[in-house]
This record gives sequence, structure tokens and C-alpha cells, in this order.
Amino acid sequence: MSAERDFTGLEAAGRVAPGALLPVTLADVCFAVNGTDLLRGLSLTIAPGSRTVIMGPNGAGKSLLLRILQGLIQPTRGQLTWRRAWGEARGTEGDTAGSATDKHTSGAPPVSIVLQRPVLLRRSVAANLTHALRVLRVPRRDRAARLEELLTLGNLQDRRGQPARSLSGGEQQRLATVRALAGNPEMLLLDEPTASLDPQATQAIEALIQRSHGQGTKIVMVTHDLGQARRIADEVVFMANGRIVETAPAEIFFSQPQSNEARAYLSGHLVI
Amino acid sequence: MQELQSAFWEAGRLLLTFDSDLTEIVLLSLRVTLTAVFLGCLIGFPFGAFLAVARFPGRSLIVLVVNAFMGLPPVVAGLFLYLFLSRSGPLGPLGLLYTPAAMIIAQTILVTPIVTAMTRQVIEDLYQEYDEQFRSMGLSGARAVPSLLWDARYSLITGALAGFGRAAAEVGAVLIVGGNINHVTRVMTTTIALETSRGNLSLALGLGFVLITLSLLINAAVMSLRGSAKRLAYV
Repeated sequence: MSAERDFTGLEAAGRVAPGALLPVTLADVCFAVNGTDLLRGLSLTIAPGSRTVIMGPNGAGKSLLLRILQGLIQPTRGQLTWRRAWGEARGTEGDTAGSATDKHTSGAPPVSIVLQRPVLLRRSVAANLTHALRVLRVPRRDRAARLEELLTLGNLQDRRGQPARSLSGGEQQRLATVRALAGNPEMLLLDEPTASLDPQATQAIEALIQRSHGQGTKIVMVTHDLGQARRIADEVVFMANGRIVETAPAEIFFSQPQSNEARAYLSGHLVI
Repeated sequence: MQELQSAFWEAGRLLLTFDSDLTEIVLLSLRVTLTAVFLGCLIGFPFGAFLAVARFPGRSLIVLVVNAFMGLPPVVAGLFLYLFLSRSGPLGPLGLLYTPAAMIIAQTILVTPIVTAMTRQVIEDLYQEYDEQFRSMGLSGARAVPSLLWDARYSLITGALAGFGRAAAEVGAVLIVGGNINHVTRVMTTTIALETSRGNLSLALGLGFVLITLSLLINAAVMSLRGSAKRLAYV
């Protein structure tokens, strides 16, 4: 991933912290498997700050887009341009106080992902978080305090010694979410994190998302849940058949969707 | 029939009185086998994990050879090792032939492919499961190996115990490179073979009981480990 575009204008306007990772721009990004295009010509700019919700029917390519942003898969064609390359030093003097850029743990990937089905290690809750802190190169002296912070954040203090895989679905997802926040990422990607959770567990995950957004982390979330999208989204990216069909501020998207696909999706019609 | 009955009684007496010859043989057997299993794990765990996560030309061939060596006939392993350790062999000057050290090397050769192959399989499956999560954290390749080995610990112990079973029951290789010398390299399996041929069934039977007990204990340990791991949701 390269940092080629010039965003000094945005910096000057105070919309971007100097040294920040975002915006990220996708230009005509395609992804194909065995000659079949699964993502076609995606062009999009993901700006810092707002909560971006990606919606669309199954097979639209939402999860693939998240995986491309996380760097888990590479586009077959097109260009993905971060404002700053992932490996570059950050946190330069003069950064906006309190931004995620300041807090980001050096050595940790600046983007973190929470998968629909969390992959938890065969260890206790605390050991899962300690492992993440070690892998993300959080200094040894800071780990114990950070572990307590994360356990508190996920409301998992009473579960610290319990095998992670024996937790309930909601607890597992809470653990996966706070683990993803362990390195203070600049951008948090969430792939249907509450897909199989009850309202109470969903509320707990949403509270975590809102809290990390409040602390300056960019949120990009895939969801099928219209209610959740309305609660969280500042802007909506609507996808269908591997394409971005519509991008709009949330208010406009939900009140005046421009595309037939989005209208059908929002009105509950089957979009195939 | 009476002779067989008295052999059983005599074997029981040897076991209950901790007969010095029998005890010496059992202890040497355990020393040789446990050391070989330890060395086999020392080599097999990291090598198997490396084969699971690394991708390089010739990897499939190495995996094939390791898998094939799981069934390596002990006498063949013993024969090749004998050629290496014999006076005219490349390792002859070390003077290891007919010593417990030679027997440990022979059993290590038999145990290592088992531990390696089982480790590769277990770690490969686990790596597939953890792959996306690990890569999203910037953890891949060799850096992922310690985490994978730790999370697969219960399955790996099962592999090590399988190696122990193979080594403890093996007779061909240790007979060739150890020479079955009394009070020096005589272990349970070689003693059973020798004493049976001599008609001294009581000692052979006594050692046979010890071997069967060991086998039962190993299986009980494996079952108990897997049960605990499952209960703790660690597998």
C-alpha cells in the first residue's frame, strides 16, 4: 500500500491529523477469483472521523471490501492509496491532541478487524488479550495496566480466567472487539459483529463501537441490521453485485435512497 | 500348563519384590525411551510447525518423506545407524556403538518423524483457523509458530505420547545398535526376546506386564488429557 496522494489541503483545513493514516482512497478496485469478478471497479474515499456503514445483500462484496482494507487480500486490479503507508512513523509533533493517531501503539497494524465469527485462541480471556498485547508490541511494562483497561472496557473482569471459547456468543464478540482495540487502531473494521447476538449483547457491542469512535477511531462496519445502521451510521456505502451502488450521508440514504437497489433493500424487497 | 502357571507366579514375585535385574532393565528402558522422546519433541515440534506454516519449493517432498518415515521399519533404521556408528563408519571414532547413547539415537530416529508429522498436521489445521486473525494482527509465518505450538499443546502431547509408545515397544533398532549387553544395554523388549528364546519365561512375562501397564497408562493419560482439554474448550 502506498501513500501517494496529497492531503495537505485537508490537513490545513483541520480535517486530518498530521501523520494520520486516513483518508484511504480506492480507485477502480477489482477483486477476482478464478476469473470471476467478485468486486468490480470500486471507487471510494474513506475519510477519517465519521462512522461508515457498508450495507447490501449477501454476496455484494462487503466482507471482501473490509478484507482489502485490512490488507488480508490484495486487489486484483485498481489502486488502494492510504494517506500514509502503514509502516511509516506516526504521532508527529503537533498531532491533534486526543486523536487515535496519538494513542496508536507503535508496531501494531493501524487498522484492526472484528470478524463475524470471532477467532479466539485456545486460552483464557486474559491470555487472549495478553497475547494480542504482546503481538502488537505493547511495551511489557504497560501490558498489565492495558489488560485491566481492556477487561473493564469489555466488562469481562469476572471472566478473566475463563477459557475464551467457553464464553457466550455475546461475551466472545465483546472479547474479540476489545482485542481489536488493544493496539489503539486508527481504523476499526467490523464485519457484522452482532449478526447472531441478542439485543442486549448487540447493545454492548454498539456501546464499545461508539466509545472507540468517540476516542477518535474511524469506524467502518458491515451490517444487515437496518436499525443498527440507523443508530450508528454517519454515512452509508451501499453495495450490490460487487459494485458500490450508492454512497450518501446516512440521513439522505435512509430518507431518499437514489438507486433502485437501495430502495428495494430498505423497503424489505428481495435484492438478488 | 503347570510350567506356564509357575512362570506367571514367578513373574508376579519378580514384580512385587522389585527384583534388581528387572528394575535395572525397566529403568534403563525408561531412560532411553524418555530421552529419545524428549529429543524427538525438541526436533519434531519446531520442524513440524515450520513445515505447517512455511511454503517453499520441495516442501511437499519433505512432508511426504516425513510421513513415510512414520512407518520406518526399526530394523532398517537400526541397520543404517549401525553402519554409521560401527568402527569403520563415519561416526565410528565416537565409540557409541553398543551403548545406551546409540539406543537413544536409534529411538530418536524412530520417534522424530511421528512427532514431526503429527505436529505438522495439527499446526496446519490450527494455522488455517487462525490465519486471518493472526495476519490482521501482523503475525504470520515463523512469528506465528510459538503461538500455534502453545495453542496446540494438548494435541501435541498426544503426539509425543504416540512417539513414546512407538519407542517403548520397539525392539529391532535397539537390538542392533545396543547389542543387548547384560547390565549395559539390555532393555525390556530385547530382554523379552532373549529370555523367551532361552525358555526363561518368568522374567519375560514380568517385563511384558510392565510394558502392557505402561501402554495402558499412556492411553489413560491421553484420554484424560483430551478430556480435560475438551472440558476447558481448549481443543
